[in-house]
Amino acid sequence: MTDGATGPVGLKVSTPDEPPADVSTTAEKGILGRSPGQLAWLRLKRDRTAWFSGGALLFFALVAIAAPLIERVYGKGPLDRFSDKLDGNGNPLGYLGGVSSEHWLGVQPRLGRDILIQIVYGMRTSLLVALTAALLTIMLGVVIGIVAGYLGGKVDAVLSWLTDLTLAFPFYIFCFAFVPIAVAQRYGPTDQEASWFRPVLLIVVFVLFNWTYSARLVRGQVLTLREREFVEAARASGAGLGHVLFRQLLPNLWAPILVTFSLNVPALITAEAALSFLGIGILEPTPDLGRLIADSVNYVRDDPAFTLTGGFTLFALVLAFNLFGDSLRDALDPKSDR
Amino acid sequence: MLRFFIKKLLLAATTLITVSVLTFGLFFAAPNNPAELMCGNRKTCTEAQQESIARRMGLDKPVVQQYADFMAGIVKGRTFGEGDAVRECPAPCLGYSFRNDEPVTDIIGRTLPVTLSIVFGAAVVWLLIGVSVGMISALRKGTIFDRGAVGFSLAGASMPILLFGPLLLIIFVYETGWLSYPSYVPITENPVKWAAAMLLPWLALGFINSASYARLSRAQMVETLSEDFVRTARAKGMTKFRVYGKHALRAAITPIVTIAGLDLGTYLGGTVVTETIFGFTGLGKASLNAAINLDMPLVMATVLLAALFIVAANVIVDVLYSFIDPRVRLA
Repeated sequence: MTDGATGPVGLKVSTPDEPPADVSTTAEKGILGRSPGQLAWLRLKRDRTAWFSGGALLFFALVAIAAPLIERVYGKGPLDRFSDKLDGNGNPLGYLGGVSSEHWLGVQPRLGRDILIQIVYGMRTSLLVALTAALLTIMLGVVIGIVAGYLGGKVDAVLSWLTDLTLAFPFYIFCFAFVPIAVAQRYGPTDQEASWFRPVLLIVVFVLFNWTYSARLVRGQVLTLREREFVEAARASGAGLGHVLFRQLLPNLWAPILVTFSLNVPALITAEAALSFLGIGILEPTPDLGRLIADSVNYVRDDPAFTLTGGFTLFALVLAFNLFGDSLRDALDPKSDR
Repeated sequence: MLRFFIKKLLLAATTLITVSVLTFGLFFAAPNNPAELMCGNRKTCTEAQQESIARRMGLDKPVVQQYADFMAGIVKGRTFGEGDAVRECPAPCLGYSFRNDEPVTDIIGRTLPVTLSIVFGAAVVWLLIGVSVGMISALRKGTIFDRGAVGFSLAGASMPILLFGPLLLIIFVYETGWLSYPSYVPITENPVKWAAAMLLPWLALGFINSASYARLSRAQMVETLSEDFVRTARAKGMTKFRVYGKHALRAAITPIVTIAGLDLGTYLGGTVVTETIFGFTGLGKASLNAAINLDMPLVMATVLLAALFIVAANVIVDVLYSFIDPRVRLA
């Protein structure tokens, strides 16, 4: 058994990771000072997955931002109906759910809406809700984590307890309970819900339940950082609490914050789609991926292409974010194991 | 050990009580007029109907009194209503669903087995696939299998069940006709039909989760394999099988048990998306329907039950941890 020495048993055989040519070029240029941020950027640029997923993300973002423009060029709105493309039973004419040169991804059964423009606008809703919620989540989590980690003692105990309590709430079931009640509270039985209300409600629920992860992470980092000399120095020179927390500690936390943020977004996209799928999230007539899939599942027997189109779009969106988040983590923290 | 355990239990109890207070407050104290919310078709709800609901559910009492009644009902049982509209709610009474005209515990007793069936079967699937893929790819690190496994876990972790569930339905039910659209049969009635109906949800939920387990167990195994005790065991001539299967596996499995326990706890509260896609009425679906109908007692009970599962899973995992991994001594 010769592989015992090199592989599975785990003897570390030193193989140089970097080709030696790299070393000589840096030597020629002289020693170059690089900040950790620059190093991470270099590593990210060398990562093919990062390029690929980053490109995909850029594409999705552009599509979402340019949705009204696409609507104008494509010539169909998300609520326009094309009933002439349906047969007598309300199923789309033609193959693959009515794919044609006019309707690139087919038309929706019964309603006769164009699927492509629904997906374009649906992505806009998903991204808007997920990005906003992720941004607010990380802000709340960071503030709570920094304060708990730095102050310690009673403040830490209370905040940690709050974290545990939040984790004990069953997220989906609580959403079922919270969202309909909040809607019923604000709107009377006959009132029409404003289209902004559900997205805002979803963002609020997501933030309330998602800050725990980033708070724990930041707290753990701060627990080690606060013993470092630069914090002591700042304190000794009379810096106030706010200065120590946000000018001294925060800049040292950017790496975990960025990684958490980028991996939180796909989780929120999934959650938003799931809630809308269940009829708790975004409602008709606002276009949304989860709602589109919920619609499509009713016709999955006759028009499977419709279901798969919506599903694969969601998959692509989530996958791109996850891959990019992974690459970002590798770049910012090369020592961490996958 | 005992002290640690008692401390954990006390903490868990405090958490549960806080959850119940907050949920109760949200449902019965925060709304301006809870009776109006619960009145079914709110457009046609008359004052008299609202009053009768309020009286039956005890909404006319002070909130603190209502909460005390609710908690007492769990221990002693309760009686709702008066006159000829009396409804008995026996001992572990979590409330009475006037929408369905039955105690909440009856509804839970009907729907919980469905969720249990889905979750435990799926857990077997995800542990089997996840852990074995992760272990093998750690042992064969750098090979094609390993690369494939890493790719699988990346793609699988991003796969939404909203795509994978319908995809399974399309493949196995609508296109090939190998399986019929699932419909729940209790295991006590016919175990074979039960398993046949559960196959698709097991596959769907199991596969989706197996990705993250593959990733975790690969990382754990890679780390364990590089430790000194593994090298020593190999060096003294122990067989590969024994070293990997017994020594390394045992050290690597602790975090997997933790995550599996917590996942189980979360899923037991309801696998609502899976249930909806495959047309089961489990705990999650029951709670979703209750929420849409504003059937507050049922929603309240499902929130509490789900929280109980999560908290209990936490305690069990903490205790298990010290048994599996003797290195962890409880402070």
